[in-house]
Amino acid sequence: MLFQGKAWIFGDNIDTDAIISARYLSSVDPRELAKHLMEDIKPGFADLVKTGDILVAGNNFGCGSSREHAPLAIKGAGVSCVIARSFARIFYRNAINIGLPILECHENMSSVKSGSDQLQVNLAQGLITHLQSGYTYKAEPFPPFMREIISCGGLVEYVKARVNPSE
Amino acid sequence: MYNNCGSTMAEKILASKAGRDKVVPGNLIIAKVDLALGNDITAPVAIREFERFGVEQVFDPEKIVFVPDHFTPNKDIAAAEQAVIMRRFAEKYNLKHYYEVGRMGIEHALLPEQGLVRPGELIIGADSHTCTYGALGAFSTGVGSTDLAAAMVLGEAWFKVPSTMRFEYNGPLPCWVGGKDLILYTIGQIGVEGARYRAMEFTGSAISNLSIEGRLTMANMAVEAGGKCGYMQPDEKTFNYLEGRVNEPYQPVYSDDDACYERVFNFDVSALEPQVAFPSSPDNVRPVSEASGIDIQQVVIGSCTNGRIEDLRIAASVIKDKRINPGVRMLVIPATQLIYRQALEEGLLTTFIDAEGVVSTPTCGPCLGGHMGILARGERALATTNRNFVGRMGHPESEVYLSSPAVAAASAVAGKIVHPEEVV
Ligand code: SF4
Repeated sequence: MLFQGKAWIFGDNIDTDAIISARYLSSVDPRELAKHLMEDIKPGFADLVKTGDILVAGNNFGCGSSREHAPLAIKGAGVSCVIARSFARIFYRNAINIGLPILECHENMSSVKSGSDQLQVNLAQGLITHLQSGYTYKAEPFPPFMREIISCGGLVEYVKARVNPSE
Repeated sequence: MYNNCGSTMAEKILASKAGRDKVVPGNLIIAKVDLALGNDITAPVAIREFERFGVEQVFDPEKIVFVPDHFTPNKDIAAAEQAVIMRRFAEKYNLKHYYEVGRMGIEHALLPEQGLVRPGELIIGADSHTCTYGALGAFSTGVGSTDLAAAMVLGEAWFKVPSTMRFEYNGPLPCWVGGKDLILYTIGQIGVEGARYRAMEFTGSAISNLSIEGRLTMANMAVEAGGKCGYMQPDEKTFNYLEGRVNEPYQPVYSDDDACYERVFNFDVSALEPQVAFPSSPDNVRPVSEASGIDIQQVVIGSCTNGRIEDLRIAASVIKDKRINPGVRMLVIPATQLIYRQALEEGLLTTFIDAEGVVSTPTCGPCLGGHMGILARGERALATTNRNFVGRMGHPESEVYLSSPAVAAASAVAGKIVHPEEVV
């Protein structure tokens, strides 16, 4: 699985309220939620982010309440992958379960410029290439079953595919 | 670094259930689960997902446990409807371990008591306090409803192997200090994120000396420090507890001597005071002497943390031949039917009733602000439960303090938070 897109840099401890404010939780439609992605910490972000773009964050991304709306909003905005130094546990589970690729990368990615530089991600190998400098960062690679969950579009679809292989 | 060391109990259980020789922290694995648990809040959501899979059966009707405990006996029509969804599903798929009201108890007290938890097993539950079962040497952790649904079909779940933190408690435990005080103290030291995503291994002479009840209380609150699981390695006490409850053979698992820990904490507990968590976070912990004199309107003794027989015995021993302070309502909630019955036979319930306390049938009830003892604006409670977030037990402007059953019982008598010594 290869993704390429523009990088958007965020800091540490981006909580699920920052990702999608509680006032929009009445919807579970990813595209509806995506209109308000990061609205409180980066107004206008929903219009800037384009399909395929990649979010890069610091420690503890997705902390706070366990709302599944947060990864849904990110996925709904067309983000192809989220890279962070670490993820909050439930966000991590929710992201995988809804089919949003995420990578943990402990390397310092501060030379990547937000909103302009391009990243290329190889999920299977856990490699992130910064196209401007050609430098490749290493992350934890994704095992095949996780790539399968992601490529099925989430855990529900993955289970369906396993119990009804013919369909 | 982990490739060159031995493995912790947590790593070994995950490795064996994933069919591997070894796993190291950070590995993503699929593992077979020995038990999957749901309650009246989470199971209906999981059932809805399950139905989207279009399957005819569950992976094993003996390995799914449904316990309606949060809003039961049904608090209102909505709760009743949720309970019906669970009951129908249990009937349709022949679930062996569906616990109807009358046989039910708070899930995390019920499963160990009923012999459903065995050392070396991997257990998931759609409830954050599923981590409780680590006290018996299992790896158990809370997951979401979608995970539960998938596990009900496949008998598997995916895991990221956590690194392990080791907590050593040494020294004799002072009078009136027990498992609740140890875990509150620990959370106070490391904070609510201190063990985020980690396995917490509890060990040391104070743990060896601790009862199984006290260990269950500690493992129960691992999640309050952010832990994925909390566990004690099985010992003689564990095996004695399992005797007569568990008939199937099981394989205890122990950490290697050369296992690698992300961090090791050493606590000397010989001078520890009973601990109290102040509003509105379980890590806002201080010794009881610093809470002394705070007046309270309600005391709750119960929950999956402290509603076991030992807890009720301690509370009753403090209250015996005394009256609850007239300004306080004391609710005692035995965590399971069996505990209720045992407390009845031992005369504990009579002690509570004579003291003008209230005794309830098993339920989560006030612990999550569900029913059976909700707080009004400005009211303050001292509870033996595990969370004291804003509004947890009722009005957003009410307050919850957390303590052991001994401190809670003594405070009910005094009408304000006190050390048990001041009452007995
Ligand atoms: S007693 Fe409280 S913490 Fe325990 S399962 Fe029930 S609601 Fe959750």
